[in-house]
Amino acid sequence: MLKDQDRIFKNLYNDLGSDVASSQKRGDWVNTKDLTDKGRDWIINEIKDSQLRGRGGAGFPTGLKWSFAPKELGSRPHYLVINADESEPGTCKDRDILRFEPHKLIEGCLLASYAVQAHVCYIYIRGEYFVDGQKLQRAIDEAYEKKLIGKNAAGTGWDLDIHIHYGAGAYICGEETALLESLEGKKGQPRLKPPFPALIGLYGCPTIINNVETIAVVPTILRRGGKWFASLGREKNTGTKIFCISGNVNNPCNVEEEMNIPLKELIEVHAGGVVGGWDNLQAVIPGGSSMPLIPKEKCETLTMDFDSLVAEKSGLGTAGIVVINKDQDIIKCMARIARFYKHESCGQCTPCREGSGWMWRMLERMARGEASKDEVDMLGDVTKQIEGHTICAFGEGSSWPVQGLLRHFKDEIKKRNKFDPIIKENKNIPYLVDQHLLDKNA
Amino acid sequence: MSLRRPSKDQPESFEFNASSLEAANKIIANYPKGKQQSAVMALLYIAQRQNNNWIPLAAMKYIAKFLNMPYIKVYEVATFYSMYNLSPVGKYFVQVCTTTPCMIRGANKLVEACKEKISENETELSSDKSCSWMEVECLGACVNAPMMQINDDYYEDLDKEKTLEILDKILNGEKPMPGSYRGRINNEPENNRKTLLDVKNA
Repeated sequence: MLKDQDRIFKNLYNDLGSDVASSQKRGDWVNTKDLTDKGRDWIINEIKDSQLRGRGGAGFPTGLKWSFAPKELGSRPHYLVINADESEPGTCKDRDILRFEPHKLIEGCLLASYAVQAHVCYIYIRGEYFVDGQKLQRAIDEAYEKKLIGKNAAGTGWDLDIHIHYGAGAYICGEETALLESLEGKKGQPRLKPPFPALIGLYGCPTIINNVETIAVVPTILRRGGKWFASLGREKNTGTKIFCISGNVNNPCNVEEEMNIPLKELIEVHAGGVVGGWDNLQAVIPGGSSMPLIPKEKCETLTMDFDSLVAEKSGLGTAGIVVINKDQDIIKCMARIARFYKHESCGQCTPCREGSGWMWRMLERMARGEASKDEVDMLGDVTKQIEGHTICAFGEGSSWPVQGLLRHFKDEIKKRNKFDPIIKENKNIPYLVDQHLLDKNA
Repeated sequence: MSLRRPSKDQPESFEFNASSLEAANKIIANYPKGKQQSAVMALLYIAQRQNNNWIPLAAMKYIAKFLNMPYIKVYEVATFYSMYNLSPVGKYFVQVCTTTPCMIRGANKLVEACKEKISENETELSSDKSCSWMEVECLGACVNAPMMQINDDYYEDLDKEKTLEILDKILNGEKPMPGSYRGRINNEPENNRKTLLDVKNA
C-alpha cells in the first residue's frame, strides 16, 4: 500500500478543510514563485521526467502535450482549458478534487498556464456538479482575494484569470474538441483532428486541454521532483492515481493508490471485498464504462496501469472500477451501458448515431432471450462498423464494452438465445443486406 | 441521441429580471470581446432558474437578441443539452441515476419509489404540480450509488425507504438534507478506512 506521505490528495475525504489557510498547511501555494522562477523549460522538462500521463482516459503524456504549444506568443492568445466534465459511468474522482482540493487545481492552473503562456484559463464543469462548482468558485474568489491569481498571481509576475463554465448534461463534451465547441457556445459536436487544439483550439487560438486530476498533481510533482513521481508505479505508468471502486463491493470508495497496484488488492483491502465473497465475482469493468470488461479469472492477477490493461485488451481509462458480482445479469448490465451510449451520442456521425441504438436494442433482446443465434455475430459486426468510423473516440467507447461482452460471455448469450436464424442460407439473403459482410463467409 | 421537444403551452414573452440581468452581464464579461456567444449556455441556465425550472421559446428568442446571435443557434443549444428543460418540470425536479453502477446497486427501487410518490410516468407532474421525476444517465457519484439529484443537490447511498422519506419531505414543502443517507463521510470507505488515518484522527 502507498505510504501516506506519498499521497498527493491528503484531503480526499475532507478531514482538513479546503480553504487557502488549510491548503497552505498541506503545502499548497507555499513557494509557487520559486517554481516559476526556474522557467518554462524546467517545468515542462520536470513533467516530462515524471512521465505523467493524462488522467482523463486517453493517457497521453502531459509534458509532451504542453511542449506542443507554440514557444513564442504570437498575435493569438493562448488558452488553458481544464476538463471537469466528468461523466464516464463509474468515475467520480474529479468531483472530490473540485470540492475538497480546489487549491491544488488552482495552483496547478497557474503553473500550467505559466508553462504554456496562457493568461486565461477556463474550467469546464459538468452542469450536474453545480454545488461542487460553487465550492470551486468560492475557492477561486478566495484565491483572487489573497492575490494568488489575478494580476501578478502569487508574486510570480504572471497574470492569470480563471473562469468556470458549466456544461449542461452532455457526456460528449468530455471529448476535448466537443468541449471547445461547447465553450464557444455551440452544440457539443467534436471537430476533426488535425488541426489539434494545441495549435488551433478555443476561438482558433492555441489551447491546451487537461483533465482536473492531471493539473491537480502538477504542483506536487514540481515540488517533490519528477524523479519522485517516476519512482512510483512502473516505467511509463508512473505516479499515483485516484481509483473509484463502485458496484457490488462492500465499501465502495475513492482511494488514491500507486499505479500498477493489483486489482485484487484494491477490491479486497480498500473496498472491503466483493459482496458475497471473491468467488461471487463475475466481471470487472476496469476503467469506466467505455473499457471492455475483464472476467473473474483474469482479475486474480491483474495490475492496474495503462499498459498492463491494454495487454488484456482493455484499458485504464479513468480508473473507474465497476465490480459486477454473480447476482447480476451481465447482458443486462451491458445493455444498460449501450443505452447510455445511445442516449449520449451527439448525432454527428451516422455509424455512431444509428449503431449505438442498434447495439442497445439487440442487447435488450439478447437479455430477454429473444434474439436468434446468428445475431450474436451480427452484433459483433455492428461494433466493428462503428469502431474507427467516427470523428471522435465515442465510436470506440460505445463499441468496446459490447466487444468485451462478446469476447468473454459469448457462451452465456448463446445459451440464452436459441432461436433459429430467420434467413437460413446466405444465398437467400435479400440484396439490401450488406453484401460485403457476407463475402468473408462465402 | 435523445429526442427533445419544446412544450406546446408557451408563454408570450420573456425578459430577464434585474438579478438575472446582473448575473448575465457578469458571465459575458468572462469571455473575450466579440465572443459573447460563449455565454449562451450560462444564460439559458439563468433563464431556466428564473422561469420555474424550464425554458420557454420566448426565452431563447430573448437570449438570441441579448447575445446578438441567430435564434436557431440558441434553439440548437437548448435542444442539444439534456439539462435544459423544454417543458414544465415542477418546483422539485427529481432525477434518478439508473446507469449500470447505480443499477446494480438497486436504482430500480428508487424508480419504484418515485412512481409511488410522484407520478406513474416519467416527466409527468405530480397531482399538486409541484414535482416531477425522470431517469437520467450517470450523474457522476458512482461510489455513492444508488443516488438521485433533486434540483441542485445530490442525495446519496439511498434505498427505497430512504427515498420515500425524502420524497415525502419535498412533497410537504420541506428541504431534506443533501448528502449520504448512510451517514458516511464523503467518499471514504465506510468503516473500513485504511489510508490517511492520522489526518482523520488529527
